[in-house]
Amino acid sequence: MNPKSLVAVLVTGVIFGFGLALSTMIKPEVVLSFLRFQDFGLLCVLGGAGTVTALCYQLAPRFLRKPFFAESFGRHAAAMNSQTIGGAALFGVGWGISGVCPGPAIAGLGAGNWSLLIAVGGMIAGAYFQGWLASRGTAAPLNSGRVAAH
Amino acid sequence: MLETFFPNGIAHYLVGGILIGTAVSLAFVTTGLVTGMSTVFSSTWSYFSKLTYFHEQRFTSSRQWRLVLALGLTLGAWLWANTLGHGEAVHTQVQWWQLLIGGLIGGFGARMSNGCTSGHGICGLASLQIPSLLAVVTFLTTAILTAHLVLYFGGL
Repeated sequence: MNPKSLVAVLVTGVIFGFGLALSTMIKPEVVLSFLRFQDFGLLCVLGGAGTVTALCYQLAPRFLRKPFFAESFGRHAAAMNSQTIGGAALFGVGWGISGVCPGPAIAGLGAGNWSLLIAVGGMIAGAYFQGWLASRGTAAPLNSGRVAAH
Repeated sequence: MLETFFPNGIAHYLVGGILIGTAVSLAFVTTGLVTGMSTVFSSTWSYFSKLTYFHEQRFTSSRQWRLVLALGLTLGAWLWANTLGHGEAVHTQVQWWQLLIGGLIGGFGARMSNGCTSGHGICGLASLQIPSLLAVVTFLTTAILTAHLVLYFGGL
């Protein structure tokens, strides 16, 4: 990947991480308090992020021939199959137990929330196990069903 | 009314969310990349593991920038901690077994589903994908049920 793109990705990460910290998503307690209907702030985070992103994803390809530093716009790959839904159900169980999802787990380390290393370690192991099963032909996403157009 | 649903206010949630959306938009406009976070947990394994799955092109071709994105994420949170966060480290009282078991199951599930809160929740919904919408409804439902159940097992 060209250096300009890598710098853009780094800046993206910095703003993303700052936003996760500012919105206190790096505190598992806050996420759990949403899941227990005590504080609905997480919906504002998701809503704010989703609205801005939706505008960009829908408008950018109409007004720009291509991205500034690359040849084409990508698309989130999602397939309508049992892996997508079953995996999401499992992800929710893990999220509900810990109050931690991948972005805040990684970002939280930067704010000195070292306990999150336990969650990151769990995710690394969980992802390995999924890859091990997928290499044997099960639990692999995107393999069956209709993959959304790229 | 507002204080019932938002005892800690709304502004920092909304501003944080808009920043996250701005970040994802910046990556899209400059590089065309879709920046969900969970894939880094699979793509990074391609550096260490010989398992065929981790060597799919979508992982090997993206593993470098995904690590840079993760590095940026920690830098951004560090920047917040040392400015608006007044240099105080963030701590959590959530039990270690919750973090470990939750991380394991959540990591497995997110990778099986090919998306998490950012991948399906932000990027997938923003590109109007029905599978992502179903994934979001599904993981919100199981997460809400689980978070209530955890209280009965001594969790925080």
